[in-house]
Amino acid sequence: MTMTAKPASAAPPEAASTSGFLDRVLKVRELAILVVLVLMLLATQLDNHAFLSEQGIKDLLLNATILVLVAVGQATVVITRNVDLSVGSTMGITAFAAGEFLRGGGNPLVGVLIAIALGIGFGVVNGLLVSLGQVPALVVTLGTLYIIRGLDSIWFGSKQITAADLPSGFADFGHNGFGAVPYLALLTAVVLIVAAYYLRSYRSGRDLYALGSSPEAARLAGVPVRKRILTAYIVCGALAGLAGALYLARFGNVDSGTGNGYELTVVSAVVVGGVAFTGGSGSVYGAALGALLLTSINSVLPSIGVSSVWVQAIDGILLLLAIAVDRVVALRVAAVLRKRAAQTRSAIHHA
Amino acid sequence: MPEPTKSPQGKATSGTSGGFAVPAWARDSLRWDTVVGALLVVLLICSFSMVDNFGNALNLSFLIGNTLPIALIALPMTMLVISGEIDLSVGSTAGLSGAVMGKLWNEGMSIETIIPLCVLLGVVCGLVNGLLVTRLGLPSLAVTIGTLAAYRGIAQIVLGSNSVTDFPQQYLDFGSGRIGGTFIPQAAVPWAVLLVIAVIVLHATPVGRSLFAVGASQEAARFAGIRVKRLKLSMFVATGTVSALTGVFWALHYASARYDNATGLELSVIAGVLLGGIDFDGGKGTLGGAVAGVFLLGALQNVMSLVNVSAQSQILITGVLLVISVLAPRVARQVGRARARRKAADAAPPAAALATG
Repeated sequence: MTMTAKPASAAPPEAASTSGFLDRVLKVRELAILVVLVLMLLATQLDNHAFLSEQGIKDLLLNATILVLVAVGQATVVITRNVDLSVGSTMGITAFAAGEFLRGGGNPLVGVLIAIALGIGFGVVNGLLVSLGQVPALVVTLGTLYIIRGLDSIWFGSKQITAADLPSGFADFGHNGFGAVPYLALLTAVVLIVAAYYLRSYRSGRDLYALGSSPEAARLAGVPVRKRILTAYIVCGALAGLAGALYLARFGNVDSGTGNGYELTVVSAVVVGGVAFTGGSGSVYGAALGALLLTSINSVLPSIGVSSVWVQAIDGILLLLAIAVDRVVALRVAAVLRKRAAQTRSAIHHA
Repeated sequence: MPEPTKSPQGKATSGTSGGFAVPAWARDSLRWDTVVGALLVVLLICSFSMVDNFGNALNLSFLIGNTLPIALIALPMTMLVISGEIDLSVGSTAGLSGAVMGKLWNEGMSIETIIPLCVLLGVVCGLVNGLLVTRLGLPSLAVTIGTLAAYRGIAQIVLGSNSVTDFPQQYLDFGSGRIGGTFIPQAAVPWAVLLVIAVIVLHATPVGRSLFAVGASQEAARFAGIRVKRLKLSMFVATGTVSALTGVFWALHYASARYDNATGLELSVIAGVLLGGIDFDGGKGTLGGAVAGVFLLGALQNVMSLVNVSAQSQILITGVLLVISVLAPRVARQVGRARARRKAADAAPPAAALATG
């Protein structure tokens, strides 16, 4: 009795301890960003007491919302070992499309939906090119970056949308909130939680991780590879579209250059947040924290009196640091796991 | 590949035999880089005969002068992409080099000392990229996106929003002048020298063969005794060096050293190189194709400006070309593979003979 029961009861804890170990490593990754973020904000607060006032917190959250949204979408794509460089252009064109619709007296909600639909359309194009054409995502989305930017410029030319063209309720939605928490941040938080739940608990969400870890193994395991990649790009496009609409609500000013070069910031945020370029690891929470960290640095530097010319260099070095640290940690983890596997093997051998 | 019982070697060779089934001459004339070269010739002939002001010496020198920075960086970038890596920081390295050049000139240094220092800076920039990629094993894409931001940021720290324009006249003349009364810019001469060196290195030396081998299969190349890391590192250093030289040329050509010089240049270089048939996955391509791709894009932009196509439409067309340039070879390869499979099914014994050879 005891002899047979022993191995049966021993197996689950062992499995749990390995997954628990991995879980802890992943959590540490996100925790590390959180600690850096909190320390940075506290240090700034000590230096400048006005920094974390109600308005200050609101500004921090408002600055982060748009980047967080796009970063969540980008993370979904990067987890599948792809990338979408066209998000900046998509955001620009959807912001303009929504603005153009609202200027004609349209309903704000419909305007947001138009932006999302347009984003989904570009997501479908990207997704089809990558999944059906089987061409490198980087190159294809670099191409669609140009194409969408070109369409944007041809469509709108030198036209410009200003806050005065928009319904006042829409602009209020972009600025106001409950106390220190803006509406935009709440909306973003909802999107973030939904995306995280989907990736964590749905089969198709897990498939994205499987796909990123090993496309070949995922295919052999019966994951519908093309469909999943298409899904990831659609999510990314839709969130870029939503971000475009929120950009319009937040800033009110949109021209054909809006979102230019944004793709690099987004990719930085995602990678700093621990979503590996090699696919299959990371979480949207990490990506969101990465985005929050990057936008907070942009607010922190001026308030402690560092010239804004340092921002870009610091962003870049932070990105390098993040991927280098990730790599070192990954090597350590691999070594530990290998040692543990060897011990288990020899234990079995001796038993 | 109808026989699943073949030996591993047989399987490996028969997998690639699809590419070798077509006669060599037919393959050569149908290769993507030859097609791009032919397109370039057709475009030039059409433009000479149909577009006003295209053929005059001034326009041609503009065309070449504006394309030269891209063509310069395309040389090492081609080798880097063939070896399976990429460098997105080239535009920022050029910008940083230009900014440092302007700063040191303002400090009163002589330009003869500044230029070697800038080249040295390029070596360092390339080393940083290369060491992070080869020693830490990081993906070059992520590393060079990081250094893209970092180098540009450092350039901004160095020079701020100043612009430096008062370089010595003879150097400015070199940057924008032409050889005698011809349409060829003076700076095209050093480029041609670099081109010859690059062609020889890539296509006629063991180093070049190693690059293709590494790009095709890094693991196999390592087992064949190629020092993969050292080779890749040297390619990153070469790219950094040439980018820094380009930054110097850019500042002289446009007579202005600013921190935002050459912003976005990496995209033009990569668009040209990929259009020229360099496979993004590594292991395939020729320098001739890359140069043809770069000049095809350059000439197309020049012609479009002359016939009053808006700058916005030019962006659009660049994007479409880029997508086509990666899609078309894949589609062509899949068609070719299907045809080869049919042929192999018709004559199974020759395929087996090929596999043993």
